[in-house]
Amino acid sequence: MMAEAKPKPRPKPFSIPRQPMPEQPPEVRRKNFREVPYGLTPDLAILEASRCIQCKNPACVKGCPVNIKIPEFIDLVRQGKFLEAARKVKEDNALPAVCGRVCPQEEQCEMPCVLGKKGEPVAIGRLERFVADFERVTGNVEIPGVGSPTGKRVAIVGSGPAGLTVAGDLVQMGHDVTIFEALHKAGGVLMYGIPEFRLPKEIVQSEVNYILDLGAKLECNVVVGKTVTIDELLGEERFDAVFIGSGAGLPYFMNIPGENLIGIYSANEYLTRANLMKAYLFPEADTPVSRGRHVAVVGGGNVAMDSARTAMRMGAEKVYLVYRRSKKEMPARIEEIHHAEEEGIEFHLLTNPIAFHGNEEAWVTEIECQRMELGEPDASGRRRPVPVKGSEFRLPVDTVIMAIGNGANPLIPSTTPGLDTNKWGNILADQETGKTSKKGVFAGGDIVIGAATVILAMGAGRKAAAGMHEYLTTGAW
Amino acid sequence: MFPIVESKEIAKNVFFQRIQAPRIARKRKAGQFLVVRKGENGERIPLTIVDSDPAEGTVTIIYQAVGKSTAELSRAKVGESLLDVVGPLGRPTHIERFGTVVGIGGGIGTAPLLPIATAIKQGGNRLLSIVGARTKDLLILEEEMKAISDTCVVTTDDGSYAKKGFVTTALQEWIDGGETIDLCIAIGPVPMMRAVAEVTRPHRIPTVVSLNPIMVDATGMCGACRVTVGGTTKFVCVDGPEFDGHEVDFKELTLRNRAYLREEKEAMERFVHKDGKCMGGKGAEVLAAAGSAEAATGGAK
Repeated sequence: MMAEAKPKPRPKPFSIPRQPMPEQPPEVRRKNFREVPYGLTPDLAILEASRCIQCKNPACVKGCPVNIKIPEFIDLVRQGKFLEAARKVKEDNALPAVCGRVCPQEEQCEMPCVLGKKGEPVAIGRLERFVADFERVTGNVEIPGVGSPTGKRVAIVGSGPAGLTVAGDLVQMGHDVTIFEALHKAGGVLMYGIPEFRLPKEIVQSEVNYILDLGAKLECNVVVGKTVTIDELLGEERFDAVFIGSGAGLPYFMNIPGENLIGIYSANEYLTRANLMKAYLFPEADTPVSRGRHVAVVGGGNVAMDSARTAMRMGAEKVYLVYRRSKKEMPARIEEIHHAEEEGIEFHLLTNPIAFHGNEEAWVTEIECQRMELGEPDASGRRRPVPVKGSEFRLPVDTVIMAIGNGANPLIPSTTPGLDTNKWGNILADQETGKTSKKGVFAGGDIVIGAATVILAMGAGRKAAAGMHEYLTTGAW
Repeated sequence: MFPIVESKEIAKNVFFQRIQAPRIARKRKAGQFLVVRKGENGERIPLTIVDSDPAEGTVTIIYQAVGKSTAELSRAKVGESLLDVVGPLGRPTHIERFGTVVGIGGGIGTAPLLPIATAIKQGGNRLLSIVGARTKDLLILEEEMKAISDTCVVTTDDGSYAKKGFVTTALQEWIDGGETIDLCIAIGPVPMMRAVAEVTRPHRIPTVVSLNPIMVDATGMCGACRVTVGGTTKFVCVDGPEFDGHEVDFKELTLRNRAYLREEKEAMERFVHKDGKCMGGKGAEVLAAAGSAEAATGGAK
């Protein structure tokens, strides 16, 4: 049991460097699935928190998608009031233990930090993780009281970050909430997508349990659109409103020759086998996954990093990351790129696969690639990769993981009349309220904006919960 | 938790189980399947729903024990519960007034065929059935198929019962005999479905097959079950499980189903020989069945 530290005399913030995060060394951690960063110690946390100069107009708060009161929680950490700091964060962020680990802070809160102009920004993410972990590990998670029952029933489709956030908010407002999850475990991408070494499943389960302790109900093994439709939820099951947080669950393939050879996986399949089904424990767990010796991962985002680092831990001798643009354009979190490089993943940048070759048993044996160069910017604003003629070459591989993005799974829109989508299948929803085109139905997260981040999903969840509460109490649509 | 209300062996290594799963029972239509996970470290495996009783809230599965997961599942007794059961998945069979429909079940394939054939018959069609198996011991649901068919021929490859020959032999005889067939539905091991499609192809008889690839989530989010149909990649779990038999790349399906042969053998070995001890009897039979099933099908439908 940690005693809360006495406040120390305040050192000069600019003179303190950004505190290093204790973590497993690369040569050790590339062979195990344990979490890589150990977390700040209380002393390191207080020291890091002392760096914050408590700006009058904190740019970090604006940089946060859910506007956490950053300087306030950091000041509480500096004073050694860790539990209060955790509660301060939780005023705006339902899942700080998750966000502290997976948010791209370098693009959000830490980017505009004044200290970052001349030195390193305050390690806001690490402090968020620290307080969330402290609260949990010391057994001090507070279950707030919930409002008196409103008699309104809410169905939440999907138990990922968006759904969990909406559930937590609405149940505290006194509504009767049931979360429906298609898979057999809750958490969505937190459970099946992000690996154990980046986000321990015990923490995900802890966050889910918190939402259930608040009073939300959970039914796993219910595929909305198959087991029950949205109309049935609103009709015979008598829910008054529905939130759709079904995520970006349609894997993209390149549709190049040889893509159906054995050993070629979508990142969704590879990670679901490894993370959700615990294939890294095979044969203790029944689900297998290829333990490739020479693995190629195609893509440059967090999912690609996760896949590559998982393959390394599954015993690969060589893991190639094949990405058609340059490192600057990679959308992955900087920490993940850094960790991947340290762990020995070989980056083949400005490289694009054009075909796969296999043997008579239909196992993949080679990935054929082409070098690229950067041309004019495309729709995303990034420079478009252009093939270099005559640059084709082959890498010997026995496993390939396609981590080139996910689209909207069409199951719910195709079984819900009146629910409008855009041409890519994303549900159209109001940015401020989450309202869709169908009365009583709200949506948020990846199913609306396409594959994005946990924190954006949660931010959308927060807004949708407010919009739903308004609808449930006033009936106005 | 999903309690088992009935559990029995109906043929050599073929098991019948009825499970309490009210949501699935209410929604299920012929041709759909469910995914079951027995326990905490279990795999997700897809199995066709053979029957459902919405009033009782139960669904019925019939499957062959071909590997560790199905062997373990088959040992679940009445009163025990399965940890996870999800469904109904896949597209229901398209039913309309086709005219004369031939329904062909090969081995364990007769189990998924039964509900489809029943729906076809109820849809106002004339139903001619062929129920085949390698040998008498492996024949299933003969009486049930006879009960719904206008004509039902039973075949065994080795002649140990009824008509000696393959299901395709019986089919060819009907075609040669001038039978007008408006639709053919064939479900069974991959080589059997492939063979039926080749028999019907020159006669341009529309042929539907039900595929059994490896699956993980079975809701369209992972792509494990992808097959090539008519040159395009389809996900069997959401686009199927039924497809045009003349368009399916059976060779690719056969090879893809072998992806985990090594792991399947290892898992079975461990299961059959726990702590260095031979589990005997059943285990040895399942290993043998797995050995022969491996040549035919990789799935557990």
